[in-house]
Amino acid sequence: MLLIHCPCCGVDRPEIEFRYGGEAHIARPVQPADFDDRQWAEFLYMRTNPKGVMAERWRHVHGCGRFFNALRDTVSDRFIAVYQTGEPRPDLSATGGEGAR
Amino acid sequence: MTRSFRTSKGGRIDRAVPVTFTFDGRTLTGRAGDTLASALLANGIHLVGRSFKYHRPRGILTAGSEEPNALVGVAKSAAAAAAGQSVPNLRATQVDIHEGLVAVSQNRWPSLGFDIGAVNDRLSPLFVSGFYYKTFMWPKSFWNRVYEPFIRAAAGLGKAPTAPDPDRYANRYAHCDVLVAGSGPAGLAAALAAARAGARVILADEQAEPGGSLLHEAGAEIEGQSATVWVSAAMAELAGNDRVTLLPRTTVFGYFNQNFVALAERVTDHLASPDPSLPRERLWQVRARQVVLATGAIERPLVFPENDRPGIMMAEAGRIYANRYGVLPGRAIAVATACDSAWRAAFDIAALGGNVVAVLDMRGDVDPLLKERARALSIRVETGCTVTGVKGSKRVQGVLLGRLVGETVSSAGSLACDCLLISGGWTPNVSLHSQARGKLDWNPEKGAFLPGDPVQAQRSAGSCRGIDGLALVLADGARAGAEAAEAATGSPADVPTFSASGGDASTGWWLGAVPHDRNPARVRAFVDFQNDVTAKDVKLAVREGMHSIEHIKRYTTTGMATDQGRLSNMNALSIASTALANEIPQVGLTTFRQPYTPVTFGTLATTSRGDLFDPVRRTPIHDWAAAKAAAFEDVSLWKRAWYFPKSGEDMHAAVLRECRTVRESVGLFDASTLGKIEVVGPDAAEFLERIYTNPWKKLGIGRLRYGLMLNEAGFIMDDGVVGRINEDCFHVTTTTGGAPRVLAHMEDYLQTEWADLKVWLTSTTEQWAVIAVQGPKAREAIAPLVDDIDLATEAMPHMSVREGHVMGGIPCRLFRMSFTGEAGYEINVPPSRARQVWEAVFANVERLGGCAYGTETMHVLRAEKGYIIVGQETDGTVTPDDVGMAWAIGKAKPDFVGKRSLARPDLVAPGRKQLVGLLTRDGRALLEEGAQVTAEADPAPRTPALGHVTSSYMSAAAGRPIALAMIANGRARHGEILHVPMPNGAIAVEVVPPLFVDPEGSRLNV
Amino acid sequence: MSDTLFHAPAEALALPPHAAAGTALHRAGPLVRFVFRGDSGAAAKVGEAFGVSLPQTPLAAGRAGDRAALWQGPDEWLLLARPAADGPQAVDGLARSLAGELAAVLGDTPHSLVDVSERNIALLLEGPGVADLLNAHVFLDLDPVAFPVGMVTRTLFTKAEIVLWRTGSDRFVLECWRSFAPYVEGLLAEG
Repeated sequence: MLLIHCPCCGVDRPEIEFRYGGEAHIARPVQPADFDDRQWAEFLYMRTNPKGVMAERWRHVHGCGRFFNALRDTVSDRFIAVYQTGEPRPDLSATGGEGAR
Repeated sequence: MTRSFRTSKGGRIDRAVPVTFTFDGRTLTGRAGDTLASALLANGIHLVGRSFKYHRPRGILTAGSEEPNALVGVAKSAAAAAAGQSVPNLRATQVDIHEGLVAVSQNRWPSLGFDIGAVNDRLSPLFVSGFYYKTFMWPKSFWNRVYEPFIRAAAGLGKAPTAPDPDRYANRYAHCDVLVAGSGPAGLAAALAAARAGARVILADEQAEPGGSLLHEAGAEIEGQSATVWVSAAMAELAGNDRVTLLPRTTVFGYFNQNFVALAERVTDHLASPDPSLPRERLWQVRARQVVLATGAIERPLVFPENDRPGIMMAEAGRIYANRYGVLPGRAIAVATACDSAWRAAFDIAALGGNVVAVLDMRGDVDPLLKERARALSIRVETGCTVTGVKGSKRVQGVLLGRLVGETVSSAGSLACDCLLISGGWTPNVSLHSQARGKLDWNPEKGAFLPGDPVQAQRSAGSCRGIDGLALVLADGARAGAEAAEAATGSPADVPTFSASGGDASTGWWLGAVPHDRNPARVRAFVDFQNDVTAKDVKLAVREGMHSIEHIKRYTTTGMATDQGRLSNMNALSIASTALANEIPQVGLTTFRQPYTPVTFGTLATTSRGDLFDPVRRTPIHDWAAAKAAAFEDVSLWKRAWYFPKSGEDMHAAVLRECRTVRESVGLFDASTLGKIEVVGPDAAEFLERIYTNPWKKLGIGRLRYGLMLNEAGFIMDDGVVGRINEDCFHVTTTTGGAPRVLAHMEDYLQTEWADLKVWLTSTTEQWAVIAVQGPKAREAIAPLVDDIDLATEAMPHMSVREGHVMGGIPCRLFRMSFTGEAGYEINVPPSRARQVWEAVFANVERLGGCAYGTETMHVLRAEKGYIIVGQETDGTVTPDDVGMAWAIGKAKPDFVGKRSLARPDLVAPGRKQLVGLLTRDGRALLEEGAQVTAEADPAPRTPALGHVTSSYMSAAAGRPIALAMIANGRARHGEILHVPMPNGAIAVEVVPPLFVDPEGSRLNV
Repeated sequence: MSDTLFHAPAEALALPPHAAAGTALHRAGPLVRFVFRGDSGAAAKVGEAFGVSLPQTPLAAGRAGDRAALWQGPDEWLLLARPAADGPQAVDGLARSLAGELAAVLGDTPHSLVDVSERNIALLLEGPGVADLLNAHVFLDLDPVAFPVGMVTRTLFTKAEIVLWRTGSDRFVLECWRSFAPYVEGLLAEG
C-alpha cells in the first residue's frame, strides 16, 4: 500500500484514502463549441500514458477532500512530487530528479 | 513397542508435562514444548506423508518453515475433526502440539503405509517435466470429460475443511521505527541496539520461542552466559521496554512498497482450549520506518539418488531435534556433508548418547581438528566420499558409498544406518530482501547470492547476508539495529558490543547434483521435494529449450512449492547452469514473492466476513419493514424493502397488489436511500446550470425540476429531482447507488475547473429520511399530519417543495413529485423521527385502503410511465436523445458538462439504439431482462441483434406484461414486429412508445 | 465519558472480552452539527459568533465549553454543539437558533452552512486500550506523538469513512454517518 503525501493536510496517508483522477494538466476548454470533432476527441480520450514520470490528479477523498496533482514514476510507483491544483508541473531538472517526496 | 527416541536429558521441552495427540488415528505422547515433528520423531516416526506427484513416502526433512515433506492436516480435537473443522497443509515442524490435537497425513489412500497413488512412482517416466503440457493435450474432447476430472481428483495435497471456519481472525495496523524480522542472534542484537536507542521496535519471529540458532547452539556463550540464558535476559530487557512489541509465532510474510510489511501471528493454534474471544490468527499490517532482516540461512540438501527417503534429514535439523527437543533422529546415524557445520551435528548427537556411525565428507581436505574430534568420539570418518544411493523405501536402511576423485565416482561399498543427516552448506535466506525488490549479488567464494543494495529502507544482518560465526553475527546485528534506529529517529544510536564464544563459522559447500556411479536412466535425485522435481527434470527442461531460469522454474515447477525454493533453488540453478554451460550469476535466480510461507484465507480476510464483510446500511424504516415481513434487496450497500408480501402471497402477487393499490388509492414507500446533496452559495444556480443538462437559473424558489447529468463524453451518468430551497440553496437528489459518484463528479469540476464559483457541496443523504406517499389519495393521507404547509394544488402544485413541520413541530421538507405517474409527495424528515412519522402516515394510508410498497413495485410503476432507471435502461453509452429525453436539455445554454460531446459524429449518427416499449404479441409472455431483440424470429448465426430488453414486468395497470428496450432506430419502428429469440423459441413483440399508463399525465395534478 | 460537549448514556456498547480493562465504548447523545464551508474570512466571522474559532491549521480541532469546531478540509469545518436539554426538540431549537445567529453575522459573505445534526453518530471511546482497539480497523499511527490530543481527521475505519478526533491521551471521538454506525460498532465489538 503506497503512502501518498497530501499537500493540503501535510501528512502521508495510505493510498486507500485517495482516489486517482487521471492525467493532470488537461484543462477543460472554456469554449468547447469552438473545438472541432478531432480536437474534442483529443481532449476527451487521448492521454500520454508515459513510461516514467507522469503528472496525475489525485483526490484525498477520505481526508480533506481536495484534489491535487502529483508526479509519479509509473515504473517504480514512486511519488516524486505533489503540488496544488492550478500550480505548474514542477521542473524536475531543477531539483535534480527524485529529490522531493 | 519401540523404545523412545528421547535423550535422557537436555532440550527445551518440559519433560514433566506429557501431551497426548493422535497421528493417523494412533494415540501418541509428546512433551510440552514439542512441535508435531519433534514429537513424531520422539516416537520413532519419520514417514509422515506422500509426495505430490509420485506419492513417494516422505519423512521429516527440516525443523523449520521450509519443510517440504511433513505437510499434515490438523484439527484442534477429535470433535473438531468430526465436525469438518481442520486445517490442511500445515508444516509439522511449525505445529506446536497440545492436548487432544488430531493430525493426519496427506496425499495417500488408503493409508500412509500402503498408498495406491504410489503407482505413479512406477510410471515416473510418464511424469517428466512439462508432463501436464505434453500429456493432456489431445484429443481435445478428452479435456473436459477425462483429464480434468482425473487431475482434479488426483491433485492437491491436503483436504479442504468441509465446515465453515468457526474461528475468528483479527487485524492490527501498527507503526514502528524499526521492524526486526527474526529473533536469532542477529535479530536479538539488532532489536536490543534499536530499543536501547529509544526506537519503537517490533520484533517478530515465526517460531514459538525466540532465539533462533541460539536455542540449539550447544556450548555457545554470550557475555559470559550460556546462549539460552542470554536470550532470556535479552527478551526480558525487550519485554520491559514499552516501546517494544514482541511477536512470537509471527511470520513476516509480505514485504510491500514503502516498508509496508505484512505479518501473520498465530495466536491460539498452540493452545488446547483457547479463550474463544481470542482470534485464531492476527494479521499485522506494519508501516516501518526501517526494517532489519535477520532471517538467517537455510541448510541446503545434497542431490544424490534416492535422497528423499524417510530417515534422511538436514544435518542442522538433526542437531536441533537433539539439542532443542531432546530427540535422537535415529538409532544409527550417518552424516553426509560438504561443510563443517554437519560435523558439529554429529558431535552434539554423540554427546547426547546418539549412535553416529560415520561422517562422510565430500571434501578431500577437511579441518584436522574435526577429524580428530570425530575419532575421539569413535565416529568413522570418510573424506572424499559421497552417498550414491539409499537402501529402503519407507525408511532408510543403509546408504551406498562412492569414492570421489575429481568428478568421477567409484563404488566404495555400503553402510547400514536408519538415519542420514545431509548438508550441502548454507543458503542465505534472502527471500524478504528479494520481496523488497532488492537485487542479489553472487558471491563465488561462498557459493551464494547475498543481498545487494536495498531499494527500500531495509538492511540485512547476520547469516542472511553471509556473515558466519556467532561473534560476527551478533556484531552485525548490533550494527544493523543501531543504524536502523538512527535512520528512523534521526538521533545517534550506540552500537552495543556482545562478547561471544562458540557458534563457529562453517566452511565448505556443494551446489547442484552430486556425482554418482549409478545408471542415470534408472535413478532419481530430488531437487525440489515437495513438487517432486529431480535433477533429470531440470536437465530435460534445458534440453527441451527452456533457457531462462523463469521458464525452467515454470516448466519443471521447481521452487514453486510452499518453501518457494528456499531449499531447492540453488541446486536447481546450479544444475541448470551446468546444462546451459553458463555461469550461475548469468543464469540468475527467480524472484521470491509474497507470501514467505502460506497464509490462511482467514488471516487475509480478518474481520471482513459474514455480516461485517461490508457495511450494511439500513434506513430508519428498516425495522418496521422487517417486522412487516418485507423482503429486502441489496442496492449498493443499502438494504431496501423489495416488496411486502401478505400471507400466502408470492412476489408476483404482492407486486401486482402493491401496484394496483398505488394507482387506485395510495402507497407508502421508503425512499430514504436516495442520495442528497445540499448545493449552497451565491453561484449555486450557475453551478447546476453547468453540471446538469437542464436550465436552473429561472427555477423559482420552492419549485422542483428533474435534473439529468451527463459525463463529459455526453453519456447519462445520473438523474434526480432538484429543489430550490432559496436563492442560494438547492436540495439535489441522486440515485441510491450514484450518490458518492455524483458528489465526487461535482467536487471535481468545482475544485479543478470552476474554482472561481462561490458554491459548496454537503452530503445530506442521511440527514433526511424520505417517506414517499404516492397515489390519488396521497394528499388525503398526509394532510392531517402537516402542520403549516398549504397542500392545495394552487398553493403547492406538482413539482414544488415547501419547508415546514409535521406532527406538531417535526421539521420537514415536503416535495410534491412523482416517480409513479400518480400524484404524490416525498416527506423529508430527520431520521430520529422518521419511524414515528412513517407509522402515522401508514395509519392514514391503511385507513384509505392503501399499503406500503417496495422497490419492485416502484420499478414497475415507473416503467409503466417509461421513466428510465440509470444503470438499467442506460449503460454508460446512452445519450439523452437515445432515451427520448432531449426535452431535458437546456437548448439555450452555451455549455454544460457533456454538451459538446452530444454533437460528436457517432452520437448524432443514425442507427443508435433508442428507448422503446415492447408488448408481446400473445399478451402473456414475460420477456427476460437482458434478452436480445432481432428482426427475424430465427436469425442466422452471427446476425447482430437490434438491441436488448432493459426492463420487463407484469403490469397491473396495463393488464399484461410490458417491457422497455433499447432498439436500433427504435422510435422509427413503432408498430413493427420484432422477435426475442429464447431457448424455447422466439417471442414476437410489437414495438410501441415507452408509455403504458396515462399518456397525458393528467393523474399528476389531482 | 461525559463532559461539557458529549453526553454518554449509562449503557456501554460491546467490546471484545480481551480489550484492556477500563476501556469503554458509548454512543454519544444528540448533538447539533453543522458543516460550514467558506473561505478563511467567513470562517473567522463564524468562529467569533460560535464561540470557538475555526482552526486554520490542518487536522486541528478547537473546543470551548459545550462547542467544538473540527477542521475537515481547507474550506470545511464540522461544528458541534451540545443542546441544553435532551430530546429532539432541543436539537431542533439549538440548530435553528445557531443557524440564525451565524447567518446574521455572515450577512452577504458567501458561505454554506448545512445542518447535519442527524447525519452523523458520535461514538466515544476511552480507556487504556483505545488505541489498540482502534488500530484493529484504523490504519493511522495513533502514537501520541504522531496523533496528539486535539488532532482530528477524516479517515477510514476498515470500509467505512469516519472522523476521528483525539480528545485525550486515551480518549477518542469517532463520528460516522448514521447508517455506518452498526458496522463500526460491530467491528469494535469484534476486536
